[in-house]
Amino acid sequence: MTKETSLEDRFQHYVDAENKIEPKDWMPEKYRKTLIRQISQHGHSEVVGMLPEANWLTRAPSLRRKVALLAKVQDEAGHGLYLYSAAETLGADRMDMVKDLLSGKAKYSSIFNYPTPSWADMGAIGWLVDGAAIANQVMLCRTSYGPYARAMVKICKEESFHQRQGYEIMISLANGTPTQRKMAQDALNRWWWPSLMMFGPTDDLSPNSAQSMKWKIKRKSNDELRQEFIDKTVPQAEYLGLSIPDKDLKWNEETKHYEHGEIEWTEFYDVIKGNGKCNKQRLIARNKAHDNGEWIREAANAYAKKQSERKKHQAA
Amino acid sequence: MSDKDNWKIWEVFIRSRNGLSHKHVGSLHAPDEEMAIKNARDVYTRRSEGISIWVCPSESITASSPDESEPLFTPADDKVYRHPTFYEIPDEIGHM
Repeated sequence: MTKETSLEDRFQHYVDAENKIEPKDWMPEKYRKTLIRQISQHGHSEVVGMLPEANWLTRAPSLRRKVALLAKVQDEAGHGLYLYSAAETLGADRMDMVKDLLSGKAKYSSIFNYPTPSWADMGAIGWLVDGAAIANQVMLCRTSYGPYARAMVKICKEESFHQRQGYEIMISLANGTPTQRKMAQDALNRWWWPSLMMFGPTDDLSPNSAQSMKWKIKRKSNDELRQEFIDKTVPQAEYLGLSIPDKDLKWNEETKHYEHGEIEWTEFYDVIKGNGKCNKQRLIARNKAHDNGEWIREAANAYAKKQSERKKHQAA
Repeated sequence: MSDKDNWKIWEVFIRSRNGLSHKHVGSLHAPDEEMAIKNARDVYTRRSEGISIWVCPSESITASSPDESEPLFTPADDKVYRHPTFYEIPDEIGHM
């Protein structure tokens, strides 16, 4: 047995015993790389995730809705920060991650490449997209890498408000005028399938999942999480009096789960490839925001320099 | 005593077990970072309180000023909409 394999064995035993890995512990290089990729992509998703909702900040229908949405978008920025920091504990460089996002090299969740043409989309995103994210993130609170798990605990605490504000919007619209009901149904129709795709390909077509499960980075499979989400969400749609756009959806009394229709995976891969409705728009907006922020980063540096010179001067 | 006057104060953070973050436990004096770790081991982990120690010079810590706590922290007090309970979810829906 080589030294490397025995270290890997020890690592596996350690993880199997439900211990957490911390930054200075030995870890297989592939564990580190997998985590850097996953955590940075997760961080990018939080950052890009601000864009579809930012679209409605200035047009929210009331002050109540506006402050809620602002607070939510603020939270997403914070979540991006927690995640980038967790990736930095593995040796990733913050500027490299940002550069990879801006150049289009890095991936982020495809759900954010869908447009938000109506106010009802703010309700559907909070309810469905955050709902799906919560299912995934609750699982990740128990991931084997300590800093990632702790970031997830913080994020999950904040996500609850996100989903509730979304569902509250859906309740208002579903109980509103016929036009408002139509808006709510239309948003559900557009967000349902992409939300199911958020969990990733089916288990038999998810090649990296097995290793991630073995290392306990993931604790549930894509299909398990998707099922959990569907079972939880269908009754919520029924309460709203809205219908899920899946004619094959039915309750299975034996398994106590909902069965769902075929997911259009060609659409999923197409959006990943860059052909979604908003892929280009999102990257342009992100780059513009980054460039427009240049002056404030420069100003912060100039101010810090001035302060330190002043201190030196006073000390002299 | 004059030698000891040059010793820096170090803040000590202990991780009690993997999975939890390092938590501030106190401070001590030491001539350099290695001694600070050794002293922290002796002072703060005598009863197996930890499995990892961080030390950093106290002077590297910048703290907010108590005089400023009002302008710093009160703006959050009236933002109830940042809390989940601000949103009305019917009981039938259960936990969300």
